[in-house]
Amino acid sequence: MNAAAEAIAERPATPPAAGSETVVHARGLTKRYKNAVALDGADFQVGNGRIVGLIGPNGAGKTTALKAILGLTDFEGDLKVLGMDPRRERPLLMREVCFIADVATLPRWIRVHEAIDFVAGVHPRFDRAKCERFLSRTKLQANQKVREMSKGMIVQLHLAIVMAIDARLLVLDEPTLGLDILYRKQFYQSLLEDYFDENKTILITTHQVEEVEHILTDLLFIRDGKVALGTTMEEMGARFAEVLVNADKVEAARALKPIDERAAVFGKSIFVYDSADPEQLAQLGEVKRPSVSDLFVAIMKGTYA
Amino acid sequence: MNAILKSPFAWLLKREYWESRRGFLWAQVTAAGVILAITILGIIAGEVFRARMGVNMSVHMGAANLNEMLRSASAHDIDALVKGLDMTLLLFGFISSVVLVFVVFFYLLGALYDDRRDRSILFWKSLPVSDTATVISKVIAALVIAPLIAIVVTLAGYIGAQIIVSLWFLAHGVNPFGLLWAHSEPFSLWLHLLVMVVVNAVWALPTVGWLLVWSAAVRSKPFLWAVVIPIVAGVLNFWIGLLGLPNVDTQFFWGNLVGRALLSVIPASWIAPNALSHGVDFVGSDQLAAISYASMAHAFALPQMWIGAIVGIALIAAAIWFRRWRDEA
Repeated sequence: MNAAAEAIAERPATPPAAGSETVVHARGLTKRYKNAVALDGADFQVGNGRIVGLIGPNGAGKTTALKAILGLTDFEGDLKVLGMDPRRERPLLMREVCFIADVATLPRWIRVHEAIDFVAGVHPRFDRAKCERFLSRTKLQANQKVREMSKGMIVQLHLAIVMAIDARLLVLDEPTLGLDILYRKQFYQSLLEDYFDENKTILITTHQVEEVEHILTDLLFIRDGKVALGTTMEEMGARFAEVLVNADKVEAARALKPIDERAAVFGKSIFVYDSADPEQLAQLGEVKRPSVSDLFVAIMKGTYA
Repeated sequence: MNAILKSPFAWLLKREYWESRRGFLWAQVTAAGVILAITILGIIAGEVFRARMGVNMSVHMGAANLNEMLRSASAHDIDALVKGLDMTLLLFGFISSVVLVFVVFFYLLGALYDDRRDRSILFWKSLPVSDTATVISKVIAALVIAPLIAIVVTLAGYIGAQIIVSLWFLAHGVNPFGLLWAHSEPFSLWLHLLVMVVVNAVWALPTVGWLLVWSAAVRSKPFLWAVVIPIVAGVLNFWIGLLGLPNVDTQFFWGNLVGRALLSVIPASWIAPNALSHGVDFVGSDQLAAISYASMAHAFALPQMWIGAIVGIALIAAAIWFRRWRDEA
């Protein structure tokens, strides 16, 4: 048998299909703080090989959910991450899970080469050569301290470290907050080109929904500690529709029970529908898939009221 | 050995060193440098003074005289000279200890607090390192790494001082080797200091635990919590006693509770209770007896040593718990 055939033989006969294996499995996930309930019996699953957007208004419980997944906080309910209990098996779990919590959480005193040496020293799945290759595309110097870097450069360093770790789940909590558009685009571009594959799963929370919309495969809307919507992007396109309706058909459009209505230019209105009949919608006007942010607004209506 | 140096735990220790090398290393180097500078200034001042006064030192300190003096020196004199040289090393050690106490005290207060304040804890916690390993690495950095660096710098400073004095002797035509180097025993004292690191470390556990708990637990101002609580408790206890109500013996309270919680990181601070309990004479002629091997062995027979160590370990365990579950919401 030649080397190539051996390499193939070593891999599982059929690689797990996307979504066939659950990476995160939460049942009745609940977290109470002294004066507030951050998570109120949330149920959700994250499949293998997916890029999931965990999206919700401020205070909806996004960060608490991530903290529970990462074993940073105690909780009630069932939660398994890669089959492990994050509360009891955190050190082991963190070999398989990577994490970027908003920007600038790298310690300010550390130098680039120290950060790399340290992670290489403690992380069994870190590939130093890979990390150095990513860094060579940036302007970062080995001797540079984090305190001397801009926010964008700190994220470049953090991302280079994280992408060099062969983890199964990458958790990103507002990873591009406060970065300029060039860094933001580059961040997600690198993730897609150099990191993501069918054996990796990415869980992202962000308020900049427009920027991640085109890379997400799944959506999890969270509201008041509960999952308001959990869907794949394909299902979302089949289930929800957005129609641009002329003023004369507004009454007919309202009769079909839209979940949201908002004004557009030239006296037209935009209606969002959940599971409506496509043929009926087509008679009202131009039908398209709603954007994630429009759908989010429609579903979260009244959150702050 | 190589495997140990490359173990994840060794990297945790290196991490502590990187973050705190300013205190662990450079503060010590600065202190030793200042002593050396003062030595040089003193020699220069002496030379200038001598030149101005027109006194020819060689009359008193000439080669013949010194060599003669040495030849005629009794065993007792030589012994005194060696002790004197050891005392020079102890002076370096004393200054270095003062620096060490401040560095270690504030290192421990910040060890589990600073990274929570700047949120870099989220980076450390994203790595496959247990909180127990993290906290223990900080204990070892404070109790072993910092003192070892201090000892190395102390020894280097002492040798530096000897070289400076030797050059001065040479400038006056006196052979320094017979006088200075043959009788100095820095290495035996160095070994002694190394053994003392172990005694100091066990003795320091309650303070280490106490500071780490506050460092891990409070939302802000760990210094205030850690320092004010024992002092207020001590004052209250004293006040209750003033009122004639039953209280803990004031001296016991300050010495064994407040003192052990805050001051046990002072190197060789077990000398006083040790002397009281075992009658080791450390104010008499033989000042080094207080830190002799026998005295150190005695120290391990002190109940304060073991009770303090147990309390300290319990406090460190509490710090680990806080590190694991403290939730910055």
